[in-house]
Amino acid sequence: MNQDTICALATPQGIGAIAVIRVSGPDTIQIVNKIFRGKNLEKQASHTIHFGTIRDKIGQPDEVVIDEVLVSLFRAPTSYTKEDSVEISCHASDYIIRKIIKILLREGARLAHPGEFTQRAFLNGQLDLAQAEAVADLIASDSEASHQTAINQVRGGFSKQIAQLREALIHFASMIELELDFGEEDVEFADRDDLRQLIDRIQKVLVPLIESFEMGNVIKNGVPTVIVGKPNAGKSTLLNRLLNEEKAIVSDIAGTTRDVIEDELFIEGIRFRLIDTAGLRKTADTIEAIGVERTLQQIEKASMILYLFDASEIEMSQMKEQETEFMASGTPYLLIGNKLDKISIEKKAEFEQNFAGILWISALEDLNIQDLKAELTRKVKTREVKSGDTVVTNLRHYQHLLQTHEALNNVLEGLDHSITGDFLAQDIRFALHHLGEITGQITTDDLLANIFSKFCIGK
Amino acid sequence: MYKQYDVIVVGAGHAGCEAAHAAATMGSSVLLITMNMHTIAQMSCNPAMGGVAKGQIVREIDALGGMSGIISDKSMIQFRMLNRSKGPAMWSPRCQSDRMKFAEEWRYALEQNLNVDFWQEMVSELLVENNKVIGVKTQLGIEIKAKAVVLTNGTFLNGLIHIGEKNFGGGRTAEGKATGITEQLVRLGFEAGRMKTGTPPRVDGRSLDYSKMEEQKGDESPNKFSYLDTKPLSEQRSCWITYTNQAVHDELKTGFDKSPMFSGRIKGLGPRYCPSVEDKINRFADKDRHQIFVEPEGWNTVEVYVNGFSTSLPEDVQYNALRKIPGFENVKMFRPGYAIEYDYFPPTQLKSTLETKLVENLFFAGQINGTTGYEEAACQGLMAGINAHQKSENKADFTLNRSEAYIGVLIDDLINKGTEEPYRMFTSRAEYRTLLRQDNADIRLTQKGFEIGLASEERVKNVNTKIEQSKFLTEELKIKKVKPDEVNNILESLGTSTLREGTSLLNLLKRPNIGIEELKTLTPEVEELIRNYSTEILEQVEINVKYESYIEKEQLMVEKVSRLENLLIPESFDYSKLTTISIEGRQKLAKIKPATIGQASRISGVSASDVSVLMVYMGR
Repeated sequence: MNQDTICALATPQGIGAIAVIRVSGPDTIQIVNKIFRGKNLEKQASHTIHFGTIRDKIGQPDEVVIDEVLVSLFRAPTSYTKEDSVEISCHASDYIIRKIIKILLREGARLAHPGEFTQRAFLNGQLDLAQAEAVADLIASDSEASHQTAINQVRGGFSKQIAQLREALIHFASMIELELDFGEEDVEFADRDDLRQLIDRIQKVLVPLIESFEMGNVIKNGVPTVIVGKPNAGKSTLLNRLLNEEKAIVSDIAGTTRDVIEDELFIEGIRFRLIDTAGLRKTADTIEAIGVERTLQQIEKASMILYLFDASEIEMSQMKEQETEFMASGTPYLLIGNKLDKISIEKKAEFEQNFAGILWISALEDLNIQDLKAELTRKVKTREVKSGDTVVTNLRHYQHLLQTHEALNNVLEGLDHSITGDFLAQDIRFALHHLGEITGQITTDDLLANIFSKFCIGK
Repeated sequence: MYKQYDVIVVGAGHAGCEAAHAAATMGSSVLLITMNMHTIAQMSCNPAMGGVAKGQIVREIDALGGMSGIISDKSMIQFRMLNRSKGPAMWSPRCQSDRMKFAEEWRYALEQNLNVDFWQEMVSELLVENNKVIGVKTQLGIEIKAKAVVLTNGTFLNGLIHIGEKNFGGGRTAEGKATGITEQLVRLGFEAGRMKTGTPPRVDGRSLDYSKMEEQKGDESPNKFSYLDTKPLSEQRSCWITYTNQAVHDELKTGFDKSPMFSGRIKGLGPRYCPSVEDKINRFADKDRHQIFVEPEGWNTVEVYVNGFSTSLPEDVQYNALRKIPGFENVKMFRPGYAIEYDYFPPTQLKSTLETKLVENLFFAGQINGTTGYEEAACQGLMAGINAHQKSENKADFTLNRSEAYIGVLIDDLINKGTEEPYRMFTSRAEYRTLLRQDNADIRLTQKGFEIGLASEERVKNVNTKIEQSKFLTEELKIKKVKPDEVNNILESLGTSTLREGTSLLNLLKRPNIGIEELKTLTPEVEELIRNYSTEILEQVEINVKYESYIEKEQLMVEKVSRLENLLIPESFDYSKLTTISIEGRQKLAKIKPATIGQASRISGVSASDVSVLMVYMGR
């Protein structure tokens, strides 16, 4: 049905050295060949790259060179879309890009709709549903870690794991079904303890996947990290130091930061969304009061708190109070003593006696900032995420995994209360249904096929 | 001599009898043609009706106004509600039948219906004009016209019986085969296949030593199938259980070289779940024994059916092996077991009304569609009979969906997935098992049966009373509260936790250890409240209260999935354009022409990704 050939700019619009224009569809090679001077593309093998020029009005007296390009050739079915495709790498000038696409359209291609290349890949059986969704994530990914996760998912790791789980569960379900349909007949089935062990095994795979969503989400959306501290503790200076640019308004007057300022910081491929806050000072100033209110909201939403203090100014009791609050919120926090250069050794020792894990820095003098960055990534990484692990990043997948988990918990609970097989089966079927929503299928046929392949049933 | 009929039914087994009865009751003039009037409603295999999933089907047939439930009630010699220890969706009525009485009651019921005429002969040909059936032609060359024809040929089409190395044509032992129809249908473009089934030897009950077997009695207070006022049994006959052993297996093995199954003489595929005894010991060599279920054939006969011993080995091997079974040492055999091969037509050639896609007004029901089992056959006959009537009167199709009835599951499976082996119903085939219970078939279906003119007004009145009274009682249980000091002693003795404050009877009923019977014991007042209701109402209320959350969960699922059922696919949709769907998927879709995305998703050979593709193209 994909009889037409589509083209589009595959790299982001804007400034860059090189742009890639992608063409896919049955007439791709013929169309590109018509506007390309170099080797005859129709005679070239798949997965080859050719240097040449894209020209307008080839063969006519007013033939003009548009650009020198590299053309990458992929023949069906070994391309991303499983169709003949070409990627034209040209210089990233708006004029050149527009001109090339215009010529392509004139020669018979049409402009692709958003996501149409991936849709074709999906429709042509290159990707399953989970993989297609991961591609969408991949396209949207803008950090290294996020990219890595998406790549893993595209390669099918996640789908495969789910498919394996589902198979184990179908085995489980078929034993129960067997018992239900042939309970009065001469059949054998496994006992409940085996079933419980099987579920435990499945849950052990399921739970990390579910937990990885939280982490996966961090990778995709960034770690919202809020910087908290008394006015003038140096929050904006720290933020600027981390970002190396003057984003926040910095002054020596306490309470200068009246708004929540957010920016992004990439450390080792992890995206931190740094949120500077107005201080936590009790205030009569209305505008600043709003700022304080927002600060509290930000703390609630944050995944990590950086608490910045000036040891020469802060009351130890006040800081204790603050720490207790952080603990109560359950959000990981980091205590950062600023203005290291101005604090006496005795003062430092006094604080270290009362608080664990203080990191001393000087935002202004750029002292120990690298340590702080290392500590930030360590905090994220110790939440049990290693690169290469399967990470769930798609909300839909996460929800189905969660539902599966819940259904299996119901099964376990049912086993505890010795409820009858038909109700266990209902929850198992729900679990199977939700796993099937991820990989794409569920039919009762699977159960029956399994029953008959494994068990003796007589009358 | 022959008038023009509305509906001709060919074959008078479970499917044919239900078809004839349904169409005639709805007002069609019906001619029932059978090769032998003496074998109307023969139970060709074991003398029993119902069982797990099958019992639910009998209840559904009854709820719609069919006869199988009533006939079973009138002819049963034992009744058991199977799976009582499991949830209510698993409770499955089953009865042992008096084989002769069953046939007699069916014939009598049909004879009582003035719209049913009978004719004894073999139909050898269908009269087809412009891809439309207009009647049948018999072996004698008689042409009889009808607006619709229902074929229920069972195992008779080119039936071939095997016993050891011998084989002979026949539709049942001692009965001839039917020829002509398969050949004609194939010429018309139908695809035909071969299936196989088998049956065990029948023996002399006087020669058995029951003291060496386990007795299986009927239920103490037996129930019944029909929602009408048939009478439950007051006296019952027992079945007996014994087992094969290594000596039996060794004896059977001596005949393996003469087995038509192992030698490849039988081409048809048999049911995996009802294997012959030689198949069982061959495939499950590690099992040292298999169960044998000894079933009496009726009140007034000594003949006994040896369930679990289906075989097509030579008769002397059968005999020698039987004698090694405990209790069978002195057995006298009445008839040997045999295997039978017969023609069927892959049911993907049918519409959801069981009308064929190729020939208009022609309906198929029963084993001709690749199913096995009396109940499966009977419900198809019922649906084919109803739709043959509807078609001949230009009325709307009558179909049931998967969340309404096992009958809906069965037909949907058949027409979408087809079947490679004899299709038997299981509860696991139904995704909404909790909704499809034997206790609520009337609530699910009777109104529908009434609307098409099949279920009687009496049935509708009964079911409406049942619904109203259940509602009323549920309300009363909700309102009626008990106080801790009234009931705590009793609660404690029932092994359930005591109350700290007053609660409704409804809440107590939700507890695992408390059923309606236990509620009665709480206070005299409660006892009085409950006493006024029939067992049926009490059971209904108890199930709905106790299993509410499970029932609701499943209902939610129905609603969710029904969205796919509402995504219509235009009938003219050209699947050949969908090059992105696997070739197999495209072929299946083009052949079956599903009406909805939901139906498409259930077609075998159509993968989930094919369905996603379809949805993308349909603009979803």
